[in-house]
Amino acid sequence: MSVSYGVSRPIRSGPRARTMAGGLPPFQRFLDTHSECVWRFLVSSVGPTDADDCFQETFIAALHGYPRLRAGSNLRAWVMTIAHNKAMDTHRARARRALPVEDVAAVDDRSTASPRAVEETLWSAVRELPDRQRSAVALRYMADLPHREIAEAIGCSEEAARRSLHEGLTKLRKVVSK
Amino acid sequence: MTTVTDTELGKLEQALRRGRRARSGERETAAAAAERVSSRIASEGLADITYAPVDSPFGTLLAAATSKGLVRLAFPEEHVDAVLGGLARRISPRIIEAPASFDAVRRELDEYFDGSRRAFELEQDWTLMSAFGRKVLGATYDIPYGGVLSYAEVAAEAGSPRGSRAAGNALGSNPIPIVVPCHRVLRSGGNLGGYGGGLDRKRYLLNLEGALPDGR
Repeated sequence: MSVSYGVSRPIRSGPRARTMAGGLPPFQRFLDTHSECVWRFLVSSVGPTDADDCFQETFIAALHGYPRLRAGSNLRAWVMTIAHNKAMDTHRARARRALPVEDVAAVDDRSTASPRAVEETLWSAVRELPDRQRSAVALRYMADLPHREIAEAIGCSEEAARRSLHEGLTKLRKVVSK
Repeated sequence: MTTVTDTELGKLEQALRRGRRARSGERETAAAAAERVSSRIASEGLADITYAPVDSPFGTLLAAATSKGLVRLAFPEEHVDAVLGGLARRISPRIIEAPASFDAVRRELDEYFDGSRRAFELEQDWTLMSAFGRKVLGATYDIPYGGVLSYAEVAAEAGSPRGSRAAGNALGSNPIPIVVPCHRVLRSGGNLGGYGGGLDRKRYLLNLEGALPDGR
C-alpha cells in the first residue's frame, strides 16, 4: 500500500478560494443538469453528425475552466457560451472546407418521409441562417433560454439578441408559409 | 425588414417546437453523450476526483479517489450530494463518476468481507485528514487484523498520551473507514466505544476479524 498526504496539492484555503469553490456543484452534477440543453442546442445548430464532437469539446473545455468559476455564476449561461463558441468553430471550419450544411435527410432519417418533414425542413433552414440568428433561434426554441442568457451566450447586448432572434424568425417565416 | 404578424409568428414558433418534439429520443441521446464525456474525462485523467458506488454487506458505499488513491469511503446513509459537495469544497469540484476505475477497490473490499483478505494494498490519499488525524489514523493503520487497541493506547502511539478524547474525535472523522481500521480501537476495559458508521457495524467488523471471541 502507498499512502499519499497530498503535500504537492494542498487543500485550498483562504477566503478567496472558498468563495470560488464553495458554491460549485461537483462537475458530474453540472454535466447531468446541462447535458440535454447543450445537446439540443448543438443538434439544432451544427446537426447530429457534428453534435457529439462539439458536445465533448464543450464539456472538456468547461471542465478546464470549472474550478475558476465564481460562486453564484449562472452555470447554464456559462456552458451555453462555450457551446455557442464550439458551434461557431464548427461552422467556420465547414465554411473553409466549403462543405454544405447537412441536408434534411441527414437530420433524422426516421422522419424524412413522415408528416414531420415540414418541421425538419424548418430546422435545416435554421442551420442555414447567419451565425448570430441561428444561435439565437436555437438557444430560444431548443434550449429554452431567456433573452438575457441568449445575449450572454452569444456575447452581445440583450437588445441585439432580441433583434437577431426577430431577424431569424422573419427569414424562417418563408419556410412555414410555403 | 418585413413585419411578422403575431399569427404568423405564433405559427412559426409552434412549428419550431413541434420540430423539437419530433426528436423524441433526444433525452436518451443527450444522456449517452454525457456518459461518453464522463468516461473520456476519467480515462484521460482530467478530473481531480473520481467516484463510484461500491457494494458491501452494509449496503452501497460511495468510494472517491484522487490521482493518488482512495480519499473517501462513505457509508450508505451519508447523502451522495453531501459527500461530493464536501469533496468539491475541500479538494476540487472537478469530480466525475467513473465506475471502471474502482475495480481494485471493489475486489479488495469483496475479499476483505469474505474473510480472504487481511490487509488492504490499495493506494490511498490521506489529504482529508488533519495533521493530528494522520498520526492517530497512522497508528490505527498499524493495528494488525484481529487486533485491538484502546483510545488511550492509540493516543500514546500518536504522541499525545493524554489525548484519548482528541484521538476519539480523529477516529470519528476517519474519511476512509474499514480500509483505515478505526473499528479496531475500543475503550479501555473492552467497551466498544463509538463508531461513525454505527456500533452494529463496528461489532460486525470486529467479529469478521475474530477480534471479539466472547461475542460482545
